[in-house]
Parts: sequence; C-alpha cells; structure tokens
Amino acid sequence: MLIRTRNLVKTYRMGGGEVRALDGVSVDIDKGEFVAVMGPSGSGKSTFMNVLGCLDRPTSGEYVLGDRKVSTLAGDELAAVRNRNIGFVFQQFNLLARTPAVENVELPLVYAGVAKAQRVERSMKILQRVGLGDRTDHHPAQLSGGQQQRVAIARALVTEPLLILADEPTGALDSRTSLEIMALFQELNRQGMTVVLVTHEADVARFARRIIAFRDGRVVQDEHNEALAA
Amino acid sequence: MKFMALLRIALRALAVNKLRSALTMLGIVIGVGAVIVMIAVGAGAQARVEEQIRALGSNLLLVMPGSTTAGGVRMGFGSGSTLTEDDVVAINREIPEALAAPALRGAAQVIWGNANWSTQVFGVTPEYLDVRQWPLAAGRAFEPAEMAAAAKVALIGATVAKQLFGSGDPLDQSIRIKRVPFTVIGVLDVKGQSLMGTDQDDLVLVPIKTARSRVLGTASAARNRTVGTIWVKAADGIDTKVVEEHVRSLLRQRHRIQVGADDDFSLRNLAEVMAAQEASSRVLALLLAAVASVSLLVGGIGIMNIMLVSVTERTREIGLRMAVGARTRDILGQFLVEAVTLSLIGGLIGVTLGIGGTLMIAELAGWRVVLSPEAVALAVAFAFVIGVFFGFYPARKAARLNPVEALRFE
Repeated sequence: MLIRTRNLVKTYRMGGGEVRALDGVSVDIDKGEFVAVMGPSGSGKSTFMNVLGCLDRPTSGEYVLGDRKVSTLAGDELAAVRNRNIGFVFQQFNLLARTPAVENVELPLVYAGVAKAQRVERSMKILQRVGLGDRTDHHPAQLSGGQQQRVAIARALVTEPLLILADEPTGALDSRTSLEIMALFQELNRQGMTVVLVTHEADVARFARRIIAFRDGRVVQDEHNEALAA
Repeated sequence: MKFMALLRIALRALAVNKLRSALTMLGIVIGVGAVIVMIAVGAGAQARVEEQIRALGSNLLLVMPGSTTAGGVRMGFGSGSTLTEDDVVAINREIPEALAAPALRGAAQVIWGNANWSTQVFGVTPEYLDVRQWPLAAGRAFEPAEMAAAAKVALIGATVAKQLFGSGDPLDQSIRIKRVPFTVIGVLDVKGQSLMGTDQDDLVLVPIKTARSRVLGTASAARNRTVGTIWVKAADGIDTKVVEEHVRSLLRQRHRIQVGADDDFSLRNLAEVMAAQEASSRVLALLLAAVASVSLLVGGIGIMNIMLVSVTERTREIGLRMAVGARTRDILGQFLVEAVTLSLIGGLIGVTLGIGGTLMIAELAGWRVVLSPEAVALAVAFAFVIGVFFGFYPARKAARLNPVEALRFE
C-alpha cells in the first residue's frame, strides 16, 4: 500500500462558522495505480489533494505515505517529503519565467542538494523522456502550453517520486493538447508511476483506471473505470 | 542550498526589473558615497590639524604686548611694548613648569652673493628652539658666548636656505642682513605651513641682542629690552591652562595691574585655538554623517519596500518552490540574499562614486582628504548590514507563506 488515509478531517474557520472541507476520508491507493479524483468545486477534492501532497496537514485522522506516517509532520519535514516523494503538476504549469526549461526541471534537485552536473544530466534525460529533448534551453515564454506542461511533468518526475499529483493538469490547455498530456500520464503510469489526478472533467477522468468522487467532504463513489476496463 | 545558487537566483530576479532595482539602490548609493566622502574629508581635516599641532607644539602659549593708542587710534595687540626680556627671565625663574623664549620680529632683506630674499628676521634666545620644538637640519645652535657678545651669527629657515643657496651648502657662508654680515651657523628643519597657512620656514634667527642692536633695534627698544612676543612652553604632562594662569598672574603682578583692570598683554593658548579648529571640522563631519545615515536609512526602507512588493508579486513562485521542497531557510535565504545583493551592489557603486567625489573635492576645493581602506570597508559593511536588517522582514514574510495559499494566489 502506497497511500493509506484513515478518517481524514480538515476544518477551516470561515467567518463565524466552521467549514468541514474533509469529513472522514479513508482511501487506500496502491503503487502503480492511476486515480482520478472528481467532484464539483467545494467538494473537498482540492483539500484532499493538498493533504496527499503534504502541502497541508489534516485537522485529524491519519495519513501514511509509503511506510511513513506523514500526517503529524510539520514544516521542513513536510518540505523534505514533498521534495523526495511527490511530484506536482499544476493547472497553471507554475514554471519559473525567464528560466530555461532544463533549469526549471532542475529546481527540485537544487533543494535536494544534488550537484550541478548531476542535476543537468538527470534533467536532460527526463526532458527527452517527455519529448522535449530539443527544447531544453527554451524559456517558458518560447514554449506552447502543451510544451510548458511537459516541462512541468519533467520537473515532477526528476526526483523519481513515489507518486505524481496532478491538479487539473489540462485545465489551461486546448482539447487536442489535453489528449496528448493525458496520453503522457497514461504512458508514465504504464511504466509503473503512481498518478493521482484531480479534475472536474469526465473526459479527463476517463483516462484513469480508478475514479474517486467527492461531495461535501466525503467520498461518495470509488470504483474502477468501466470504460477503460471494457 | 548553496550560496552561489542563491546569488544567481537573486541576480536573475533583480535583472528582471532593472530600473526598479537601480532606483532602489539609489538611496544606498548616495548614503555610502556620502559616508566615504565624509570620512575622507573628516580624516583629511583631522590630519591637517594634527600636523599643525605637531608643527607648532600643542603645549604652547603665546604672549603678545597689549595695544597702544596713537592719537586715539588703538593699534591692536602687539603694537605696544609692554613685554621685556625681564618678563621672560621672571617666567623662567618663577614658574618651573614653563619654559619661556622671547622673540623680536622684523622684516629684512637677506643677501648672499648676488642672490637676495626678503624674509622675517627674529631675534631669539637659545630656548626658542626648545620651545618651538624645532630641530636643526644642519649646523649648531647659538652658544651662550655668542648671545652675550651679540655675535653676528644666524640660523636660517629651510625656505631661506633654498632661496639663497639653492642646493648649495649654506653653513659658514657669510650672508648680509640689512647690510650687516652674518655667518650662517645652522639650518632649521622643515616645519611646513602654520595654522594660518603662512610658510613657517621663511625666516632667519639671530641672537636677540644682535637683532636689537644691529638689525631691528631702535634706541628706546634697546634701552628697555622690550620683546615682540614671548613663547611659553608648558612642560610635558602639565595642563596649558594651569601654566596660562600662572603666567597671567605673574605678568599682571610684574606690570602692577590693579585687580579688575585689563591685562596690558594678550595671552593666547594655541592648544585651545587648535582644539576649536578641530571641533569645527568635527561638526562638519558630524553633519555629513547625519546626512549619510538618513540617506542609508531611507535607502534601507526603500529596499524593504521593494522586497515586500517583490514577495507579493512572486507569491506563486514561492508556493511552487515550497511545493518542490524548499525549506523555510531556503526561501528566507533567497530573499535575504536578494536584499543584500541589492544593498551591496548599491554599496559598491556608492564606494566608487564616493572615491570619485572625494578626489574631485581634493582637486577642485583643494581640501586635504585621506582615503582609507578601513573607511571603504566600513561603508561596504554598513551597506551589508542594511541589506540584512531591512531585507529580513520581507524574507521572513516570504518564508512564512502557507504553500497552499501561495500556490492559489492570483
């Protein structure tokens, strides 16, 4: 078992009242799965992602990543877990402007303390793997949306993490490019990478092998993707 | 994270907004430049005053005769003839912590061969050289026998030696002062400019008796043994003010001046004159220091302001860096290095401009300046401290951002 959550609860204080963004979520995800997390806005899927990505801590409940209980870690320990075990892909790519693709991919390795030569070597290799071997010196502004998202995926992969967390990765892309990016995720998953994807689009979710649906902070549906199985 | 990596990130971030970075630096540039100029000018004034103190002797009193009145016109200090050689003897006898030397001054033309030079001739006693702390560059001082016999011997100042003899040897040469032949027995060491900027080496010393009878004297002056000035040196470790009071009361007593009446002489404490000069140059330096520190403060606030703007603008970048594993200290370091880079570059530009400005002041105003590496190091260190101090708050603000909120920031 790669991810094991038990009774995750996350509450926010808002105005006078208290909002339960997560209300007792227990989910297990195995190594090598491709999971789509779905739900309307406000359903708690983003909060769940933030907890899975160690960006946020649950108010209560337990989260075990790999063989480590991370729900009680704080600050720099969480940063180390994110650095080593999790690769993020965002809707807005979040690449550093005016910075060559290869240096964008290097960024997690910089914080991991890897030496420059090794950083460059590993980053070049990953960029080739996502099909951008000839664009390594291009700045984000010189790349198309799809290419920028590939750079971001390369950045997520470069530390060889336990899982990739993708938050609406196709939200800023046209439908054709979206297909290419989703195909890339599928390919990575076939090679053994665990991928957790947050989306509200059914078209995107159908690339996953398992779909977990959220509503009002709870898991309301958790099933294998019939369309894909078929 | 390595420092060089942080520095590269900082330089890239600063290069994105070149104009903004340059304007932010301006306060530091001006502040550091002002610090450099201030220290250079201040140290120059200090050095000038110290040099003059050394040249003149900081433990000197100068006694001059009181004023006379001629036809209702008061002639000013030094015009009277109230001081005599007996006063000098009395000071030396009654006040053990003081050494007094009289001087009788006049202008005269000095001739050697076909060279001539107009200079000041002083009639002095052998104590004069002790009191003025004036060593000989060559030759010997007056001997008691020469003093008593009013011998026609002379000590010449460095300027006179140069004007009359050029690079030749003046010793034992015969010069004429007001047509009276004198033998040069010694050359005085170079003393440089006085506080008022006059050349102190442009003079000839002769025994006071000789001066009175052969060169400068008038019949009445010779009879009364009057002197032009009395130099009084306080012994080492004795406060000049104490000696000043002793000399004053002794002279008042000798001159039979009633209590409450004015002195018939003027007593100047040169140490105090110079202290006043030093104080005024210090005031100037303090003023510059105030300008410089205000400028540095404003510059520092400017840096803080721009860094806060930068942190806000780059909130998403900070969120991303946190997401991929940046720890608190990585973010803190990144923004602190950026602020310090800003202030240090400003500081270095300021140092360059400060040195340039200092040299320009030296050139145009003719002021003495002293550029010291310590001052430059101090200014740069100051810029560094300002960068750290004013950069810390924005950097800490960045490092404390919540990654979830930072990533969601629009």
